[in-house]
Amino acid sequence: MFGLSAKDTRFLLIVMFLTLATPILLQPFPENSAMAQFNAGYPDLMQKFAIFGIFAIGFNILFGLTGYLSFGHAAFLGVGSYTVVWMYKLLSYNILPGLILSIIISGLFALLIGFISLRRSGIYFSILTLAFAQMSYNLAYSVLTPITNGETGLQVYSNDPQMLAGANAPTSPHLFGIVMRESSEFAVGGWVFTFNNGYYFCAIIAILAFYLSMRIFRSPFGMMLRAIKTNQTRLNYTGLNPRPYTLAAFVISGMYAGLAGGLLAAMDPLAGAERMQWTASGEVVLMTILGGAGTLMGPVLGAGFIKYFENIFSKINDNVLHSWFAFMPDGMEDFLVALVHPFVGKGWHLTLGILFMMVVIFLPGGLVEGMQRISRLFRRKKATKPGGPDHEHHPKPAPHVAE
Amino acid sequence: MGILEVKGVNKRFGGLQALGDVNLSVVENTVHAIIGPNGAGKSTLLNCLVGKLIPDTGSVMFDGQSVLGRKPHEINQMGISRVFQTPEIFGDLTVLENVLIPCFAKRDGSFRMHAFETVAAEKDMVDKAMHMLDDVSMADKKDMHAASLSRGDKRRLEMAMCLVQEPKLLLLDEPTAGMARADTNNTIALLKEINKKRAITMAIIEHDMHVVFSLADRITVLAQGTPLVEDVPEKIKGHPKVQEAYLGQSHG
Repeated sequence: MFGLSAKDTRFLLIVMFLTLATPILLQPFPENSAMAQFNAGYPDLMQKFAIFGIFAIGFNILFGLTGYLSFGHAAFLGVGSYTVVWMYKLLSYNILPGLILSIIISGLFALLIGFISLRRSGIYFSILTLAFAQMSYNLAYSVLTPITNGETGLQVYSNDPQMLAGANAPTSPHLFGIVMRESSEFAVGGWVFTFNNGYYFCAIIAILAFYLSMRIFRSPFGMMLRAIKTNQTRLNYTGLNPRPYTLAAFVISGMYAGLAGGLLAAMDPLAGAERMQWTASGEVVLMTILGGAGTLMGPVLGAGFIKYFENIFSKINDNVLHSWFAFMPDGMEDFLVALVHPFVGKGWHLTLGILFMMVVIFLPGGLVEGMQRISRLFRRKKATKPGGPDHEHHPKPAPHVAE
Repeated sequence: MGILEVKGVNKRFGGLQALGDVNLSVVENTVHAIIGPNGAGKSTLLNCLVGKLIPDTGSVMFDGQSVLGRKPHEINQMGISRVFQTPEIFGDLTVLENVLIPCFAKRDGSFRMHAFETVAAEKDMVDKAMHMLDDVSMADKKDMHAASLSRGDKRRLEMAMCLVQEPKLLLLDEPTAGMARADTNNTIALLKEINKKRAITMAIIEHDMHVVFSLADRITVLAQGTPLVEDVPEKIKGHPKVQEAYLGQSHG
């Protein structure tokens, strides 16, 4: 189905199910329970999961397949956001024209930056992309104020033309009348599930983006990209020109980033220069490596992980800690709170940093490798129990692209 | 008139004359060996043929066209494939994918944006690659990581990757360097078979006299960047100049 092998089709269906059921799956704890703060099923965060998932999927097409590490992909994210907000200002709050244009403009921008940066490889390529992104950031912040509205950030004002806006059109981002920020809530027992229009719009696009990256991974084009990562010398002497391949991968991943940036503005009609800063570029690198570079699912997992930490762990303050350890004797309670304090709340970066180091050292293949190891452990237990064939003596070749 | 015509090629690296007025003619369907002591300019000459280096003066004509100024991938598309001293393969890819890539390169040229059909759907390409793997008796290893192959298998895989492109000229850079005697003999047998069955012209750079004399139809001896003699193996063996420059030193 969908032009994929049976195994890939099954994989895609699972991803589709998980994505569409996210509002339920991420709300495992009843409202008012002590664990409720670990629930992640609220619209704002779920939208971020989907959007940064798209960003990381696109980044992975470049970094995971070709091995070219771009440190400037946030520039395309920013370009996408600005494009969408400009379309709000000029046309209407309908998100569709802006999103289409954000993909096109970030693609053209990526073509320019990629054409120049890809003249070098390795660390020099990374530095070139970083330089371009920082240039874009500073331009957006200062010189290009008429376009970007500088420090304040670009937003829609009541005197903007909005030429296509009808008299009764919604006054926030919408898709042909479906307002992105609107949600419907369902209360079942102690649980409250929020189904948000914006999330489902992002989720459907994320599924399409994932499907497209799956097709690229399995295509001859994807195979050539992996060959570039492995051995450029052999590729040259096999009659293939690596340059157009890497440039195509760069542009595709730039378009993904532009789409993600556009979606950010489609959920919240603002665009600021800080979206282009190098920290934002670094974040997507972290997401991809944490999840597993070069794997299909890894970048999405990494994006979810980092956004979860950023939004959930940062909310745990000392009051919350005290309520957790309230059953302890007083001295012990204070001691434990002091012990955990640096790792939560404002210190969530510390936890994430430690986690990242552990993944890089012990699981070079990222979280995906961790999951594979666990599943292999279970499978081996099952297989050896009834005295089945000895798997050690028949090692299976590892698949060339892990899920 | 040979398929490869090298005329008056000079190459200097600073003060070192690496190649001085080299003339070479490789005749179609023959095995032409280039031998010479260390530093004789064998590798420099080879790099001039594949576009890695550009000679200072002289001409290199392949199949009636000049290769000078062309990039390695363009020269490969003209029909020259190259086997390296240490096998250059795509280590992270499977054996089958390693052979598929030259198949696609041969059919689609140096770049094609075929991002939507899956590799598995390209039946004729997969068949062609599997057929090639059968020929080098590696079909059972098709799903293995190329990096995990033994050295001999890596060499055979690289050979298969070159042969599947049906090149007009196969360049071999010390294909048996560092091999055990048994492996060397296997490689010789493989090369002989290739030359006979596929009628592929080969130019081979080699240190090992055993390999050279069992394979070559013609031999060029290079010394200090200049061709000393060019002749059939029987004549080369007894040639006094060669004895002096090369054989006398290393096989005394």
